[in-house]
Amino acid sequence: MTEQQVTVKLHAGLHARPAALFVQEANKFSSDVFIEKDDKKINAKSIMGVMSLAISSGTSITISANGADEEQAVSALLEIVGKEDIE
Amino acid sequence: MAVSVKVAELVEQFKLHVIVGNQGLQRNIKVADLYRPGLEMAGYFAYYPEERIQILGKTEMTFFEQLTETERLDRMNKLCAEETPCICITRGLEIPEELKKVASERNIPVLGSSVSTTTLASRITNFLENKLAPTTTVHGVLVDVYGVGVLITGGSGIGKSESALELVKRGHRLIADDAVEIRQTADNKLYGNAPDLIKHLLEIRGVGIINVMTLFGAGAVRNFKQITLVMRLETWGQDKQYDRLGLDEETIKIIDTEIPLMTIPVRPGRNLAVIIEVAAMNFRLKRMGYNAALQFTNRLTETIGEDMDDIE
Repeated sequence: MTEQQVTVKLHAGLHARPAALFVQEANKFSSDVFIEKDDKKINAKSIMGVMSLAISSGTSITISANGADEEQAVSALLEIVGKEDIE
Repeated sequence: MAVSVKVAELVEQFKLHVIVGNQGLQRNIKVADLYRPGLEMAGYFAYYPEERIQILGKTEMTFFEQLTETERLDRMNKLCAEETPCICITRGLEIPEELKKVASERNIPVLGSSVSTTTLASRITNFLENKLAPTTTVHGVLVDVYGVGVLITGGSGIGKSESALELVKRGHRLIADDAVEIRQTADNKLYGNAPDLIKHLLEIRGVGIINVMTLFGAGAVRNFKQITLVMRLETWGQDKQYDRLGLDEETIKIIDTEIPLMTIPVRPGRNLAVIIEVAAMNFRLKRMGYNAALQFTNRLTETIGEDMDDIE
């Protein structure tokens, strides 16, 4: 299990489009990936789940993964939320 | 699980009047039990449950009035313990000066209400039990199929939302898609609802987000539902064993409650919605006392038994 805490830098937070991108990325990995905010743990491969967290810019979240490619999954997702803008 | 309710929420919910201790409104209520400190008023504090909300009614207050001034101050000093979230006084009774003094020093809110003690106590208990119930969020879809709350789970992209859509088209109701918030009540029942933000919404790959209520009408959705059955969808495994008879009942644990679980293998060409519908109906039938699988095996036993007799 790989786990890392991160502060979301995206200007709009994990709004609809960034969330879609985030979930698409998470779905590339075979590991179980989770995103956690204030004790709420959600499957990162579920777009509605991720959006239901309403993560704004500056929020601290935890990304965790469990499986064969857990490290790659966490680092790929960290990169997305660490950017200020998605192209 | 460290769930708690702020005193401020209680004040808002029951329109309570904050008499002193405004600074203490952020104090946490951690237990749903209430307490009427009767014996404590008489000076017996050996088992005083200080972490509960204290409710003072007519009985306690009339007794308190008969005490001497030093006694009163002593009782209120002990009543306003460190862990006490707040003190409620019912029936619009007069708040004693001693209580005002001690409570404001320690920032413990003293709340006034005009309703009777028992009414307020039962309302607060209901509210707190709901709020303090253990909760969890599950990845899945919750639908009401013929009145049975079915939680459909399974990996991403297996077809949970698509099944839900077909079920809605067939006249069943959607409660939550993708993320289901589940809380366990005091009598070990599980209730599921959607997070507020994604209520009534369904995400279908290739179509996007749809609003089931505006598309299909108010009859197609529900706000919450008790979960009685879990159906786990999984890709058909060549060498996996699936239930062929329906004699055994598997269960799954959610929070602390065991509920029946069915594993449904998914393969192209299998109409999942119909399978879920039938499984829910069969589940209802079983709960009503008719078990087709059991009935059949009994008949089989009889027939085999008869044949054995013939041979003899």
